[in-house]
Amino acid sequence: MSPIALLAQLGRAVLTALAALGRLSLFAADTLSHMLRPPFYPREFFASLLNIGWLSLPVVGLTAIFTGGALALQIYSGGARFNAEAVVPQIVAIGIVRELGPVLVGLMIAARVTSSIAAEIATMKVTEQIDALVTLSTHPMKYLVAPRVAAALITVPLLVAVGDIIGIAGGYTVATQNLGFNAAAYIKNTVDFLELKDVVSSLVKGCAFGGIAATMGCYYGIQSGRGAQGVGAATKSSVEAAAILILAANFVLTGIFFSL
Amino acid sequence: MIRMQNVQKAFGDNRVLRGLDLHIPKATSMVIIGGSGTGKSVALKTVLGLITPDSGTILVDGKPADKGDRDAFLAKFGMLFQGGALFDSLPVWQNVAFRLLRGTLKRPVEEAREIAIEKLRRVGLKSEVADRFPAELSGGMQKRVGLARAIAAEPEIIFFDEPTTGLDPIMSGVINDLIREIVVEMGATAMTITHDMSSVRAIADNVAMLHDGVIQWTGPVADMDASGDPYLDQFIHGRAEGPIEAVR
Repeated sequence: MSPIALLAQLGRAVLTALAALGRLSLFAADTLSHMLRPPFYPREFFASLLNIGWLSLPVVGLTAIFTGGALALQIYSGGARFNAEAVVPQIVAIGIVRELGPVLVGLMIAARVTSSIAAEIATMKVTEQIDALVTLSTHPMKYLVAPRVAAALITVPLLVAVGDIIGIAGGYTVATQNLGFNAAAYIKNTVDFLELKDVVSSLVKGCAFGGIAATMGCYYGIQSGRGAQGVGAATKSSVEAAAILILAANFVLTGIFFSL
Repeated sequence: MIRMQNVQKAFGDNRVLRGLDLHIPKATSMVIIGGSGTGKSVALKTVLGLITPDSGTILVDGKPADKGDRDAFLAKFGMLFQGGALFDSLPVWQNVAFRLLRGTLKRPVEEAREIAIEKLRRVGLKSEVADRFPAELSGGMQKRVGLARAIAAEPEIIFFDEPTTGLDPIMSGVINDLIREIVVEMGATAMTITHDMSSVRAIADNVAMLHDGVIQWTGPVADMDASGDPYLDQFIHGRAEGPIEAVR
């Protein structure tokens, strides 16, 4: 392949990526605009709150408790190499609150919620339900997208907060039951060590990840192709995009919060 | 009532509509026939604004379809979709009363439910069906619910997209009769697309045949059998030989 052809191919790939980013940005802006302007659909909003928030609690709780427990074991055994076993409460707390809590909750939400939103909306598109909404004078962005994204923006930070607490509890349980830590000292060390900034960063990340997860599900659902293959492709692409964007956003937000 | 002038629409290289001209007078029932993939659904969706035409004019009540208050425009229409397009997450009565539960036509919930049950009765369904979900209904019942939804807000114009596809002949006859009765009773303007000739004869005042992106023939249903148009003759008699290629 000639260098010019290679350059042309590279250019096409960059242009395609930029066009996709542009479409996604316009979709996100459109979503925000519909979230702020009436009519609002409270029934759909509350149903989304229940689905994204309440029904995700078991999976978030289980993920957090096992991660907290494993983290305590890892820090204990790693810390033993330089006589630093005592830092388990502090590192579990900071690791869960700053990083693992929001990221794991975000990824679990991408797996559970993004996929279900994308599959549901894509199926609605394939079966002409979205066309039916339009003919019934109901804007799909207002009825399908805005309530889901708004619900995710509210519930995912709360899920992250719950995940943080359960993750720390997992570490606490392992440390006090298996590693011989004193329960009261563990709690005191955890509370004393955490700063407000750690908690705020966790919640802000949760909000951002929730917005990303729901927006990706809606975007790929609305853009879905025809038939079962279209629904499958939309679901797969939505989860991939949400997971990558969550990890990228985590890097950016961590940089903003902790390198200043 | 509805006038389409030189409407063109292409998807990539595929020119589906190549200058469609069609007039549907008020309170008449127009049936558009044509083979699969000839653009019947595209023509219908361009009127509703679900698909934007590349060029041409679409007038509804003398006003351009793509200008003015969109909600007021759509409030004139009811539509029965090919697969029903019922909302899975809502019970039947909320599907039927969808328009009456939100937006400019919003009514109190109890009143909307009563209207929904009345419309369900109108299409031959019992009130017990109201609280079921669409997935619990047979194909014929789903079509009837779709029909009830299309007429719930008493629209001036009703579109029917392949209303009898996938139904047995008896249920097709029931749906055809219902459509005819409802259109006459409501004095609505109807546009139906189908390739089911029994539907054409049961529903139509006028027929238009779409072929190669243009209206090949149009006229009263009574003139259809003696049209002398080779395309229409081949289509209505279901012959493999003729000017329309059997394999497209």
